[in-house]
Amino acid sequence: MNVIPLFVAIPLAAAFFIPMVSQKFRWVPDLLGNLTAFALLVMAVSVIGKKDVYIMGGWAPPIGINLVLDGLSVLMLITISLVGFTATLFSIRYMEQYTSKLRYYSLFLLMMGGMNGVALSGDMFNIFVFLEIASVASYALVGFGCEHEELEASFKYLVLGSVASTLILLGVAVIYGSLGSLNMAHVSRLIVEQGMNKALYFSLTLLVMGFSLKAALVPFHAWLPDAHPSAPAPISAMLSGVLIKVLGVYALLRISFNVFGMSPLLANILIWLGTISMVVGGLLALGQWDYKRLLAYSSISQVGYVVLAVGIGGAVVSRGDSMTVAGLAIGGGLFHLINHAAFKSLLFLSSGAIVYSTGTRDLRKMGGLKDRMPLTSGAANIGAFSISGIPPFNGFWSKLVIIIAAVQARYYWLALTAVLISVITLAYYLKLQRHAFFGPASENNRDVREVPLSMCIPMVLLAVLCVGMGLLLLPGPRAEILQPAVDALTMGMKYATVILGR
Amino acid sequence: MIYALCLVLFMVGLYGVVTKKNTVKIVIGIIIMEYAVNLFLVLLGYRKDGVAPIIDEGTSVLKFSQLAVDPLPQALVLTAIVIGLGVIALMVAICIRLYERYGTFDITEMRRLKG
Amino acid sequence: MGQKLTPGDSRSNLYNPQLGMTLIVKTVTRWVKGFIFLFGVYIVLYGHLTPGGGFAGGVIIAGAFILLTLAFGKEAALERMSKTVASEFDSLGALMFLMLAWLGLYFGGPFFVNFIQRNLPGKRFHLFSAGNIPLCNIAIGIKVGTSLFMVFIILSVLRVVVKKGERRMVQMKRRGE
Repeated sequence: MNVIPLFVAIPLAAAFFIPMVSQKFRWVPDLLGNLTAFALLVMAVSVIGKKDVYIMGGWAPPIGINLVLDGLSVLMLITISLVGFTATLFSIRYMEQYTSKLRYYSLFLLMMGGMNGVALSGDMFNIFVFLEIASVASYALVGFGCEHEELEASFKYLVLGSVASTLILLGVAVIYGSLGSLNMAHVSRLIVEQGMNKALYFSLTLLVMGFSLKAALVPFHAWLPDAHPSAPAPISAMLSGVLIKVLGVYALLRISFNVFGMSPLLANILIWLGTISMVVGGLLALGQWDYKRLLAYSSISQVGYVVLAVGIGGAVVSRGDSMTVAGLAIGGGLFHLINHAAFKSLLFLSSGAIVYSTGTRDLRKMGGLKDRMPLTSGAANIGAFSISGIPPFNGFWSKLVIIIAAVQARYYWLALTAVLISVITLAYYLKLQRHAFFGPASENNRDVREVPLSMCIPMVLLAVLCVGMGLLLLPGPRAEILQPAVDALTMGMKYATVILGR
Repeated sequence: MIYALCLVLFMVGLYGVVTKKNTVKIVIGIIIMEYAVNLFLVLLGYRKDGVAPIIDEGTSVLKFSQLAVDPLPQALVLTAIVIGLGVIALMVAICIRLYERYGTFDITEMRRLKG
Repeated sequence: MGQKLTPGDSRSNLYNPQLGMTLIVKTVTRWVKGFIFLFGVYIVLYGHLTPGGGFAGGVIIAGAFILLTLAFGKEAALERMSKTVASEFDSLGALMFLMLAWLGLYFGGPFFVNFIQRNLPGKRFHLFSAGNIPLCNIAIGIKVGTSLFMVFIILSVLRVVVKKGERRMVQMKRRGE
C-alpha cells in the first residue's frame, strides 16, 4: 500500500475523530494526538530517499490531481513531523493551563494535515486549499487563549493572512486564465513551450507577494511579531519552526524554481527580500525585552538567511554558472531551514517552560534561572548557541555554508552582511541568556521549580538534534537527505518531465 | 475589459482593508476582495451564448463540449467560497470576542501589543 | 390534561410573544420547515445529476434549522439538534468522506478511486449511476449542514454582553490610563 496519501489522510482523520470520542474520556486527546504525530514521524522517516508521483482517483495528470514526493517534499515532511511530535509531547502538560484540549489537538492535527498537503501537492489550486486549511487552523490556535492580546494578534494575523490567500488565489486564477491548466508540472511545461507573457508576470508577482506575506519576509512581516508570541508555546514552536517555512518559503521555492523557472530578476527579488528581512529582523530583535517577541523577530532574520541563500543559488542557476556553487548555496539555505526549525522550536518550547514556571515573559523580571531550572536553561543555551553560530552546533555549519556559497558566487557584500548579522544575532542571544538564566535571581523567582518530565523530554530531544545535526553535512547522510532536495530545485524544469513522464 | 473591472473591485476591497478603522468594515473589505477573485474565476470560464455545463440524455458529448461554459472554474469557485465561508465565520467570531474584551470595534483603541 | 409544556418547547413558544418573532412568522415556519429540509435532502441526493450537491444541499438543510432559530429562538432549534449531537454529526460527516476515500485503497485502487462505479457502472443519467459520488455528497451534506448550524448557533451565543453604560465606563477607564 502506498503511504503518500496517508500523510494527509491520517492527521485529518484523527482531527475529526478526536472530538467524537473525547466527550467521555479526557485522556483520549493527549493519546491520539501524540500517537498520530508519532505515526507521521515514522512515516516521514520511512520515505527518506524515495521519489514517487501519486495519482488521486485514477485520473492521470494533467487532468487529475496528483501528489508529488521528491527530495524537497521529503525534507519538509521530516521537519513538519519532527517539530510536530515534539510540540504535541510538550503540550500534554503545558496545555493543562487552557480549557478544551480536544479542540486544541483537533486544530493542531488539522494544521499538520494542511502543511503535509502543501508539501506534497502537485497542483496549484490544491496548494491554495491546503494552505488555507493550515492557515485557518493556525488563526484559531493563535487566538486560543481568548484574552486581549491573543485576540488582537489573531485578528491582525487573520486579516493579513486572508489578504495573502486572496492574492495567491488571484495569482492561481490568472495562471488558469492564461494557460488553461493548474497542474504544476503541466504549467511549467506550457511556460517552457510558450514563453512568459504579461499575464504570467502579473501572476508571478501576485504569488511572490502572497507567499512572502505568509513567510513574513520584511516588507510583509507586520503580523509575525504579534502572532507568534501570543500563541501557546507549542503553537509558537510550530508556527515559527515550520508553518512560515512550509506555507511561505517552500511554496515560494516550488513556484519560482519548478513552475516559472528561475530568472535573474526573480533571483534578485529573492536576494533582496532575504537580505532586508535578515538585517531588519536582526536589528529589531536587539531592542526587545519580551522573551518570545525577541524570538519572533529573530525568526524573521533567520528566514531571511534561508531566502538569501536560495536566491543566490537561483541567481547562479539562471546565469548558467557552475552547478556546484548553486548546489552549495541552495543546500546551505535548506540546511539552515531545517536547523532553524530545530533550534527555534527548542527556544520557543523553553520560553513556554519558563512561562509555565515563572508566569512571565519579561526578560527584566527573570534572572538566575540557571540554578532553578537546569534542564530548561541548558537546552535553551544550546539553542541560543546554535542560532548564533557557535562552532560545534548546527547553526554554525549552515551559516558557514551560506557564507562560503555567497563568496564563491562573488556576492562579497552579501557575505559580509551575513557575517555582521550573525554577530548581531550572537549579541541579542547573549542578552537573552544574561538576563534570563545567569545573573542574580530576582525576587519573584525564589520558589521556581523545574518543569515536569514530559516537558523536558522534547526540549532535550531537540537540543540533542541541535548538537548532532551538523553530521548531516557528512557525505552519507547528505546524499540521503539534503542532496535530493537540492537536486529537486537545481534541476528546475525537469520537474515536469518526472511527473508527466515525457 | 471586464477583467479590469474585477481588479478594480479587488482594489476597492484592499482599500477598505487598509484604510478602515472598524473591524467589521475590515472584514467586509476582505469579503469584497474574495468575491472579486471569485467573480474573476467565473468570468474566465464564460463563453458567449454558452449553456450550463450539465450534460443530459439529449446532448452528445461533442455538441456539449462546443456549447457549454468551462465547468472547472465553477468548481474552483465553489471550493474558494467554502474556504471563504470558514475564514469569515472565524473572523466574525473574533470580532465579537474583541468587542466583548475591549468594548469597541475601533482598531486604533486596541493597543495592547506594541510594534 | 396533556403534558406540561416547557419554556423551550416550540408549542408553548408559538403563542408566547416574548420569545422569537411574531405569530405569522412562527406559523409559516412551522408549515415550511419540513419542506425546506426535504428540499435540502433532494438536492444532496440528486447532486450528481442536477445542479447542487453536498454543499448546496447542506446549506439548505442548515437553512431549515436557522429559520427555526430565528423564528422560535435558539432553544427550539437546540431541542431538535443539541450542540453535542451537531458536533458528533459534524465529525461523522468528515469521517465518512475520508472513509470513502480509504475504501478506494481497500478495493485495490488509488486513494479516492470511484470503486463502486468500477464494479457496478449502472445506467447513465439514473439515480444509481455515479458510483460513490452520491455517498460523498451525503457525507458532505451532513458535514456542511451541521457545521453551518453550529456556526450560526455559536455566533448567536457569543452575543455581546457589554451594555451601553459599561461601554462608556470602559472607554473612560481607558482614557484615564
